[in-house]
Amino acid sequence: DLRVDGRGCEDYRCAEVETDVVSNTSGSARVKLGETDILVGIKAEMGTPKLEKPDEGYLEFFVDCSSNSPELEGRGGEELGTDIANTLYRVFSCENCVDLKSLCINPKEHCWVLYVDVLLLECGGNIFDAISIAVKAALFNTRIPKVRVLEDEEGTKEIELSDDPYDCIRLSVDEVPCIVTLSKIGYRHVVDATLQEEACSLASLLISVTSKGAITSMKKVGKGSLDPESIFEMMETGQRVGKSLHIALQKILDEEESLGTSRPKVGFLG
Amino acid sequence: MAAVTMRLPALRAPLDSSAPRGGEKHLVAPGDTITTDTAYMRGHGTYVEDDKLIASVAGVVERVNKLVCVRALKARYNGEIGDIVVGRITEVQQKRWKVETNSRLDSVLLLSSINLPGGELRRKSAEDELAMRDYLQEGDLISAEVQSIFSDGAVSLHTRSLKYGKLAQGVLVQVSPSLVKRQKTHFHDLPCGASVILGNNGFIWIYPTPEQKDGEAGGYTANLEPVPLSDREVISRLRNCIMALVTHKMMLFDTSILYCYEASLPHQIKDVLKPEVTEEIVLEARQRLLDSEG
Repeated sequence: DLRVDGRGCEDYRCAEVETDVVSNTSGSARVKLGETDILVGIKAEMGTPKLEKPDEGYLEFFVDCSSNSPELEGRGGEELGTDIANTLYRVFSCENCVDLKSLCINPKEHCWVLYVDVLLLECGGNIFDAISIAVKAALFNTRIPKVRVLEDEEGTKEIELSDDPYDCIRLSVDEVPCIVTLSKIGYRHVVDATLQEEACSLASLLISVTSKGAITSMKKVGKGSLDPESIFEMMETGQRVGKSLHIALQKILDEEESLGTSRPKVGFLG
Repeated sequence: MAAVTMRLPALRAPLDSSAPRGGEKHLVAPGDTITTDTAYMRGHGTYVEDDKLIASVAGVVERVNKLVCVRALKARYNGEIGDIVVGRITEVQQKRWKVETNSRLDSVLLLSSINLPGGELRRKSAEDELAMRDYLQEGDLISAEVQSIFSDGAVSLHTRSLKYGKLAQGVLVQVSPSLVKRQKTHFHDLPCGASVILGNNGFIWIYPTPEQKDGEAGGYTANLEPVPLSDREVISRLRNCIMALVTHKMMLFDTSILYCYEASLPHQIKDVLKPEVTEEIVLEARQRLLDSEG
């Protein structure tokens, strides 16, 4: 139970989380997990709801990996980016993850659309976990302005934005899942693999776990095969690790929140 | 039990450097003006613009009579004859192997420059050429010495001694070549129970000390038995200490690694990578080095 850098099979690297780093977004977060560096920005815009869900808002994910190695610039990073975006769509496809009904303004006409932009600043192994932590932190930090719908005598509806910049709605992130990647190396599986460990593992399992331990989605990546028994073991490990991940993340988000505006912002220069 | 630690980022002040030893070094960044005197000849890492000599890389300015050049801090490995390198075989060609050593061109290991298993010395025949893959395959790690340098800068290696050859079980750490100090010997047996090879090209190999020195093997037998946990802990700790020294840009040699290892013993192995613990042990190691010098 000892990896090359001294960690156990279920230990994460030391992570740094900071929210509200990008000023012109509705919510943002930056997560540094060892070498991996992720920046997430969320912008809330008004749009029309989807036809099959007229009284809900929705999330749109977009992932950009171009700031990494030269081979990921331009077209090369597109494949990885769409792969990550599709995984995020799948993870958040569960109904109660985010309270989408609170994003509705006028059923069938107006709703809030949250555009989640993920920027991969540095890839140091285990990007999915870091991205999901960053998305959860950014959603916690998102502040959507309150709007009022005014109806005229003719029936035309007008949307009024409140004048107070601090009057906003916050989203509840209790049910937002986090991804735990379990990589199979030899006969054991490890959590939070570094780049070298990822190169050694033939197959990995991505499990998205909520803070209560419920699994919302599962995906197998890699060209190797996984034994069904080991899949059950990995699922149990994933649930355990996911719960402790949520507890640690919530603690740090509450701590940051309690520091308020007086907290020293580190941003990108620290 | 899973251990997940998260923290808020904190502005960390860089470790203040100790008293400058032996005169001030002229450090430049790309775009800095070195001199406006037109009498100097420009060397590597500089260019002329508007009658000014400007640096194109980040490094130290070196001046030899009228030649000014900038030696970059982070650069690929430039081979010198007699250096020890640790490399990985990338290709098996007709009469030679191509070895990756973190330099601008792949290094070359000629078939005539290796020791055959068993230590026999003979002229390599055509059968040896066909059996090259039995000796060294793609992906193998070797330790070798630089024999000569080709005109295009590619380095030619040789393993004509029993201490060089294929490397078996251990951990490879890749650092910048400028951080490895030039010393008399690069093979060290540390008293903590592991051995380390400090390759001049920045590849550092940490492995458990073999019990007996088998001289007849010729460096080809790969001992693939599982390594005991105590040895693995020592090797993990050494690896974390080396990473700690690298983050604080300290020169790597056997004494610095040993002092850093001893300073890290009170902490758990995985805690050594935490920023505050790293600072603490590097400061302690630096202090001990200064005390032993002065």
